[in-house]
This record gives sequence, C-alpha cells and structure tokens, in this order.
Amino acid sequence: MLKSTRDAYGEALLRLGAMNPRVVVLDADLSSSTRSSRFAAQFPERYFEMGIAEQNMYGVAAGLASCGKIPFASTFAVFATERALNQIRQSIAYPSLNVKIVSSHGGFTASGDGGSHQTLIDVGLMRCLPNMTVIVPADAVQTEQAVAAAAEHQGPVYLRLGKSEVPVLFEAGYSFRIGEAVPMRPGRDVTVLVAGTLLGQALSAAEALEREGISVELISVPTLKPLDRERILGSVRKTGAVVTVEEHSVIGGLGSAVAELLAAHHPVPMAFVGVNDLFGESGSEQELYARHGLTARGIGEKVRAVLNRRGGGRGRG
Amino acid sequence: MPGASNLAPVPVDRACGKRLCSRDMDQLEELRNRAAAMRRHILRMIHASGTAGHYGGSLSCVEILACLFFRHMNHEPGNPRWPDRDRFVLSKGHAAPALYAALAEAGYFPMEHLDTFKRFGSILQGHPDMHLTPGVEMSTGSLGQGLSAALGMALAMRLDARGSRVYVLLGDGELDEGSVWEAAMAAAHHRVHSLTAILDRNLLQVSGPTEASMRLEPVAAKWQAFGWEVFAVDGHDPAGILEALRGANEVRDKPSMIIARTVKGKGLPALEGQTACHSCTLTEAQFSEAMGRLGEC
Repeated sequence: MLKSTRDAYGEALLRLGAMNPRVVVLDADLSSSTRSSRFAAQFPERYFEMGIAEQNMYGVAAGLASCGKIPFASTFAVFATERALNQIRQSIAYPSLNVKIVSSHGGFTASGDGGSHQTLIDVGLMRCLPNMTVIVPADAVQTEQAVAAAAEHQGPVYLRLGKSEVPVLFEAGYSFRIGEAVPMRPGRDVTVLVAGTLLGQALSAAEALEREGISVELISVPTLKPLDRERILGSVRKTGAVVTVEEHSVIGGLGSAVAELLAAHHPVPMAFVGVNDLFGESGSEQELYARHGLTARGIGEKVRAVLNRRGGGRGRG
Repeated sequence: MPGASNLAPVPVDRACGKRLCSRDMDQLEELRNRAAAMRRHILRMIHASGTAGHYGGSLSCVEILACLFFRHMNHEPGNPRWPDRDRFVLSKGHAAPALYAALAEAGYFPMEHLDTFKRFGSILQGHPDMHLTPGVEMSTGSLGQGLSAALGMALAMRLDARGSRVYVLLGDGELDEGSVWEAAMAAAHHRVHSLTAILDRNLLQVSGPTEASMRLEPVAAKWQAFGWEVFAVDGHDPAGILEALRGANEVRDKPSMIIARTVKGKGLPALEGQTACHSCTLTEAQFSEAMGRLGEC
C-alpha cells in the first residue's frame, strides 16, 4: 500500500480538530498541497489563511500559542525553515512556544520544481534550535501518530513530510513516541539508521545484504531530536559499524546527530547516505535519488564500505 | 488624507462630554508624574548597567506606555496571567527599559530588579523575555515580529470570544522590515478590530534620520492603504494619546494604527533628537543633570 505522509497529515489534522478545540491551523497559500485544506473545510473558524507570507505566519502562530492555542502552521519545507528561520528562532524556539511547524515537500520530493524548491538543510536548521523537537516520519502511519504526539507535546515541534506516495511500513497497532527509535529488523554486523521515507529502500538493502551474508540491524529513527541515545548506542556497541540514511544533506541531519553521539560515547567506523553538500535540481525523484545514492543499491555500497573500514569481517559481538 | 478628523489630538473627554473636567486634569497630572518616574527609572537602569543602552527609543515612548499601563489597558499586575487581560507587545524590543519601568511602576515586580538590568542572572534581559519577566507578553528583540505575534493573540482572543484587546508598539525604523507589512496586510484581511498598533515616530534609526536610511513617508497613507484606521497624535501628550486609544476601541472591522509623533531621547536635553542617543552612555554630569530636571537631585 502506498500513501504520502502529507495525506496522512491532512487526515490526522481532521481527527485532531474534532478532538481538541485548541488546535488551530495556518497555511501560506499552499493548503491544497500540504493537505491542511481538509481541516480548513471542516473547521473554517479555526483555519487562518496567511497568504504567501511565511514570516508573518510563524509570528502569528507564536501569538496564538501564547494564548493557549495549539497552532499547526504548514507550508513547503524550504519556505517554512529557510524563509521564516528568524521568526521561528525569535518568536517560537527562543520563548519555547507551542507551535507545530509542519512542512511538506521535504528533501527531493519537490522534484520537478528543481533546486529552488528542494530543501536538504531544513532538518539541520531546526535541529540547531534549542527547545525544538524534530521529527521526520517514515510513512503514513508514523506521520498520523506523530501529528497526535506533537499536539500532546508542550513546546515547538518541526515535522518534516514529503509529497509523494511511499510504502506504508508500519501497522495500525504501532505506537509512535517522541524520542523513540524503532527496531525494524535485528542484525549483527552493521547498524543502519534511517530518518524518513527512505526506510523502504533501506529494508530492500537489508534483505539484499542478508543474501550476501551481511546481517543488518535496521532501525527507524523518526525523532532526530531528542535522539534515542540508548537504542542507538546499544545497537552500535553490538555491531561496531553504522550507516545513516536520510534525504538530507550529510551536514546537520541524522548523520551529524549520530556522529555527535558516537564521537563522544562510542566511536566506530561510520558512513553517511545523504546529499554531499549540494543543492538539488529538476528531475524525477528516482533520478535524483539515483544521482545521490539514496537507493537500496547506494545504501548497500555504503554498508560494504563501512564494513571494509571496520575490518574483522562480519559479526563483531 | 482620509480620516482627517482622526488626525489631530482632541482634548475632549467623551465620558465628560465637554472640555477637560477637573477629574481628567487630575488623571493627566498623574500620568505626567508616572512618565517622569518612568524616565528616572530608565536613566538609572541603563546608567547602572555600566554599558551603552537604548536611551533614545526608550525615552521617546514613555507617555505612550504610561497611558496604556496606568489608564487605558485592562490588566492586573498582581495576576499577570489573568486570561481576560489586555495584552501589550513591545515590538521595538530595544526599548525594554521603558517597558520594565512601566511594569515596575505598575507593580508587576519589585523596583529593586531595575538595578539588575542586563546583568547576568537578571529577570530583566537586554530585550524582553516573556518567561523571565512578569508582565512581558512576548519575547522580542529581532525587529519586525511583534505585530505578527500581536495579531495571533488578537485572533486567539476572538476565537475565545474574549473582549481583550491587543496593543503593540512599533518603532519607525522597524518598519523597514518586510514582515511588518506582511502582518499589516494580514491583520486588515482578517478584520481584527481588537488590535491597536502604535508607532513611535521619533524620526531616527541607528544610522540617522529614517527618511535618509529608508524613506517611510507618507507613512499614514501607507497604513490607510493597507486597510487600517489611522490616528495621528503628539506622542508626548497623554490627553491626545488617550483620545486616540479610545477612538481605536470604537473602530470596527479593521485594525487601528496610532502614529505618535515623538522626540527620540525626550528628557535628555543634550541628546534629544540626536542620532547618537539610539544607544549610548551618559557621563556622570549628563546623568545628574537629566535626573535633576526630572525632579530628583
């Protein structure tokens, strides 16, 4: 089954709106794309169209939050985090106001629109801000639950979503919790950590590597901040090698967060699947993923490379 | 200019229905005394901090804050989180000393805190912090953001059907920021009549005259064109300020902007209207002279 994370957001907002009258929604002329339009149709008195003016939108969201509302303010990831960065810093993160910044079209998913619309640094920007919780869900189920968890959480949250349909990997019984990484399959030789919708590619890679005799411990890491330190350190202590996978620059995102953790607590050979300090360009998502190695094949290559660096063949523990 | 009837201070109290009565004169006298006390606090606060401070833009907005905090706004200093209070946002956050002076005078926190302004561990940061200082409604400092936050507050009050109003003080240099005009459009679009903005039109920004740094005039026409009701007053005349604030309360279906013509550094004779007073230090002689003129030797 395929479903986009933005569609899951639109549905989750509807449920949230019915349950919690404090929830309000803002958008910057992109509600049909972010799917907040469904909330707007159902709860027009609690929806605020802010026009193509992201700076003001996040400031208004801060004011609403200061009066007890729970604003979800959505637009494309590039405009949310880059256009309105100082508003998010000064008016939301610094006073730790209860604003949920929800972006769609993260990473390469604004594919045809090209580099101007593809942000590969949004997670890094948000992760740098004190008080900010950062969530990058892997599928529609994780997204639905992350939206509910964000509403329950007191404080600013950045939730990064994509545009395209991606495999639904989690079952309905799955329970998302902020700060909790999710083991997808156990393994001995290498830890593969994934943020976001490349999880399906990573699962394919793990299966292929298994056939080569490489045992991959695959973990979904939907919360980049706070990071699930115990889960990640526990796995890496066992395997002695790690590969991070994300649709983001290798500067600032999951790879950086994990490297910061391991450098301080348990340094091991590490490889990064991500974008190497480049802007995007027009093309299909598949072409762009192939260009940057964000594929099952690319992940497999990084796994083999990191195991070669670690030495000692397979199985450390 | 449209709405010209609103563009002059009119010393008529609608409650009295005649020229100023003696009760009003007493209230205006009280506001002038409060303003003088606030100026003394501002001078002492910045001078005691031992660093350069924003004297100019703090002293220019004293009467505006005095009218809001000691006459016009519905608030309870003993209960700063009272849900039905009116809100005040200092968008020009560098005038924090003026806000702290008003809050201390109103009783939000003990006067002794004023001596700790900008010191490590103080509840009085260099720019307002909504969590550290009772009475501060929004953390500001990066210019051009207070109007957006105030609009959000006004929308929240409207959703909750509260009668609270929201007041926001903007600097004139601050209007260079594009986000101010985003917020101006949005407030008019959403017909938020519980929002009153006040412009501290002291004509100066860091580099010099506003009209030299980035031409602002005709500023009243700009706000009118954006869909706001515009009032113009002498920003050092409490009667005129109060009249405009009451007039804004009566406006329906659109927000109000009160353009308050002020003098930067008002009360510091050597520096009034001088670019240098934006952020500066005072010599002991300048400090003593100014304090003496303000009624304290």
